[in-house]
Amino acid sequence: MSTSIRRCFFILMLCIGLVSLPSRAQISNVVEVEQSLVGKDYALKSEAIVWLAQSGDDNARFVFEKLMQGNVYFHKKTKQIVYASKVEKGASLPFLFSDETIVVNKKRDFKKVGVNNQLRSELRTQLASLDLYSDDASTRFDAAKNLLSNASLEHQALIQDVIKQESDAKVRDVLALALAIIDLRGSDEGAQRAAIERISDSKRPEALQALNLAKQELSDPELLILIDKSIADYQASQKRYAMVETLYFGLSLGSVLVLAGIGLAITFGVMGVINMAHGELIMLGAYTTYVLQQLMPNNLGASLLISIPIAFMVSAIVGIIIERLVIRHLYNRPLETLLATFGISLILQQAVRSVFSPLNRSVATPEFMSGMFEVNPMLSLTNSRLYILLFCMIVFVLLVLILKKTALGLQVRAVSQNREMAKAMGVRSERVDAMTFGLGSGIAGVAGVALSQLTNVGPNMGQAYIIDSFMVVVFGGVGNLWGTLVAGLSLGIFNKMLEPWVGAVLSKILVLVFIILFIQKRPRGLFPQKGRAVES
Amino acid sequence: MKATSKFKASVTGLAASLALSFNVVAADDTIKVGVLHSLSGTMAISETTLKDTILMMVEEQNQAGGLLGKQLEAVVVDPASDWPLFAEKARELIQKEKVDVVFGGWTSVSRKSMLPVFEELDSLLFYPVQYEGEESSKNIFYTGAAPNQQAIPAVDYLMNDIGVERWVLAGTDYVYPRTTNKILEAYLVAKGVAAEDIMINYTPFGHSDWQSIVSDIKKFGASGKKTAVVSTINGDANVPFYKELGAQGVSAEDIPVVAFSVGEEELSGMDTSSLVGHLAAWNYFMSVDTEVNDEFIEAWQSFIDSDERVTNDPMEASYIGFKMWVKAVEKAGTTDAEAVQDAIIGVTVPNLTGGYATMLANHHITKPVLIGEIQDDGQFEVVWETGSDVAGDAWSNFLPGSADLFSSWAKPFACGAFNVVTKTCSGQVTE
Repeated sequence: MSTSIRRCFFILMLCIGLVSLPSRAQISNVVEVEQSLVGKDYALKSEAIVWLAQSGDDNARFVFEKLMQGNVYFHKKTKQIVYASKVEKGASLPFLFSDETIVVNKKRDFKKVGVNNQLRSELRTQLASLDLYSDDASTRFDAAKNLLSNASLEHQALIQDVIKQESDAKVRDVLALALAIIDLRGSDEGAQRAAIERISDSKRPEALQALNLAKQELSDPELLILIDKSIADYQASQKRYAMVETLYFGLSLGSVLVLAGIGLAITFGVMGVINMAHGELIMLGAYTTYVLQQLMPNNLGASLLISIPIAFMVSAIVGIIIERLVIRHLYNRPLETLLATFGISLILQQAVRSVFSPLNRSVATPEFMSGMFEVNPMLSLTNSRLYILLFCMIVFVLLVLILKKTALGLQVRAVSQNREMAKAMGVRSERVDAMTFGLGSGIAGVAGVALSQLTNVGPNMGQAYIIDSFMVVVFGGVGNLWGTLVAGLSLGIFNKMLEPWVGAVLSKILVLVFIILFIQKRPRGLFPQKGRAVES
Repeated sequence: MKATSKFKASVTGLAASLALSFNVVAADDTIKVGVLHSLSGTMAISETTLKDTILMMVEEQNQAGGLLGKQLEAVVVDPASDWPLFAEKARELIQKEKVDVVFGGWTSVSRKSMLPVFEELDSLLFYPVQYEGEESSKNIFYTGAAPNQQAIPAVDYLMNDIGVERWVLAGTDYVYPRTTNKILEAYLVAKGVAAEDIMINYTPFGHSDWQSIVSDIKKFGASGKKTAVVSTINGDANVPFYKELGAQGVSAEDIPVVAFSVGEEELSGMDTSSLVGHLAAWNYFMSVDTEVNDEFIEAWQSFIDSDERVTNDPMEASYIGFKMWVKAVEKAGTTDAEAVQDAIIGVTVPNLTGGYATMLANHHITKPVLIGEIQDDGQFEVVWETGSDVAGDAWSNFLPGSADLFSSWAKPFACGAFNVVTKTCSGQVTE
């Protein structure tokens, strides 16, 4: 009795299953694809993508790319789907699935076709499957990596097909790893054993992920021992590379500190002016970058390069004006200088708020600075940081050359060492003061260009760097450029070494405490200036 | 020439606002509305917009015939992102300017600084920003989200819809993230998440070097379990955080970040290319497709005279707060604080997402919760929303001590923190 009921129930369930099965696959033509895309049902959209990919439609790739870029819109009333990088009044937008166009009467008539993470992941996988047949090895490499994170049984045949004709060793490696990951999820024990060995050769994070997953799912004790060993191996080499990575993080933080502080090393270090508006001069440089990017929006790389000299000019001119109007009258009165420049910093901040609005401005990162330089799968160095490290070194070398090899540099050193004597030798000390302050300010502007690539461009950005800058200059030894370099880099590394242990908040405090203690012992910093003029 | 005219305009604007704030002649034929948002200093970035929103609402109300037959008059003061100054300016508004209501505040510390003033002078404050809860004052109306209207539903979405099993709670080191994360941690543990699957990280204000933290998150997420970051990172620190995520190749598909402080306004100052797909939980998005929202956006853009300006959640909260106050005053027939406090409980006004907001007896309101994914145009695509409105909860049910507390200002009960175990009313603010 009960078995027959159960059987009936089973058959009933089967029937329901059969009925509901076709209702899941609702997409059977392009019109339905269009309908699903303007809707809100993401599962349906995902099906539409799969259908489009399998239909072999020539347009499919183009549609996927546009969806991926988020450039697909639809008309709210007529539901027509168009693509455009930006919807603007009066523009004529081409339809996505036909050759017609439509003119925009009102911007708000159009709404973006929604794309969520799952859909984006589906699109990426579909594009990757198409890209595996590309002629360009680096495109194939990226495609293989994309496929790796979503590798599943349905891709097995595709990968096996591609790997046979793959000529590039790097791509083949990734594809083989993908195959091994798929094998590991299977049920054939021999294949699993081979897969574990294959996976443990790889340094990719997906390898560890696959091993961890398998560890939870498998029950065979022999395989588990193998997996545990592989995981331990992976983690051991991960630890080694983590050390290198931390060192790089430290250097890169240090380079930012050096860039922010080196202008101050001139105005404070060489001239002895406590310039609280230093951070705002950095901010002006960053805003210059923003303005230039607005002026030439289609040429990000060039606009960034041009903004280096222009930001230098802008900040230098502002610096010279500050020096001529205010600081000149306050030499040898450090307390008044401090208060006056603090006031100037507030004025500059509010001026920027009035001109550009209090909101942050967005500065885009050019193509060549985004992405990572992959040393190996466990150690990737971010490009933007790499460029800034390099840039910092160039700025430093240039500055040393200016101070050591040019007439201006000679005069600056002369005036800072003994003003009276320099005057007696015919050096126009007032002019040198202005030029020196301009140079220091200009370098701050250049630092602003670099910082615009890492952090906010807003009215408050200067305040974030003023304390760090003083810290670096004081620690390095006032009046010594090399001291600033060494101090900046070592504080950066020190900070990053501490961070994993004690957290970001405490490590910042510890660095400050360390500097206070250090200054108690050696008040003139790491590399003190020597000579009678300084002692007095 | 253009620069000069701009300069002139700003000078006249300055003069006008000065005149506005020093207008001490209490005219009998106007109702005065205090606006207490920072227009300079670090918080000007967020608060200036809310000042403009209230000015717009006042203008609209006046065009529609004012309130109780009188015109409204906005009194704008600038507390300059300086917390003690908030208390001072609040006192000035109430005692010297004789305003009937104040709209203001953003950070929790500014609210805490104003609270005693409003209670002492028995006036009304509408506070329009999401906050950490654990407070219920007789004189404050919280029109932003409480943790159960933002953080908890966001975690539910990640857990149930995305299948997240490993959690990074990252925040700036101050009261809102600390309290929110305490609530979230208790909630996750209650849901059976193991301690080693939760990573908590705090960073200083304006933290700009995220390299090691992002690298740690990346390693934490490579365990095979789906990982997500719940971010209570505040303000300026967000840009370098998202930039670093992008630079280190962490995409939203691998490790999504859900943020509670990143809205349309913040996004307009960011390069969104590395943010696409990351999430935010709010009670309103500019992209919400309703007639009333379209009207609001159009009114806003014409008021501010720029079709590039965006709207955001705290603006909606200001909008709701203002409408509720107007309705309560009409209901009470007077602007007297005591009468409005009684009248406003239960007042219902339309919100901008097509539903209604009701002022509850605990001075919080009902809200729908929306989860949106960031698109590359700086707007959000709604991917999930609560079926019905969620009632704001002043005291979290997931914190020991706070779970027993209950708040209701409806008379004759009128207690902000009633302990249901000991049956005592313990004043208005604990901790």
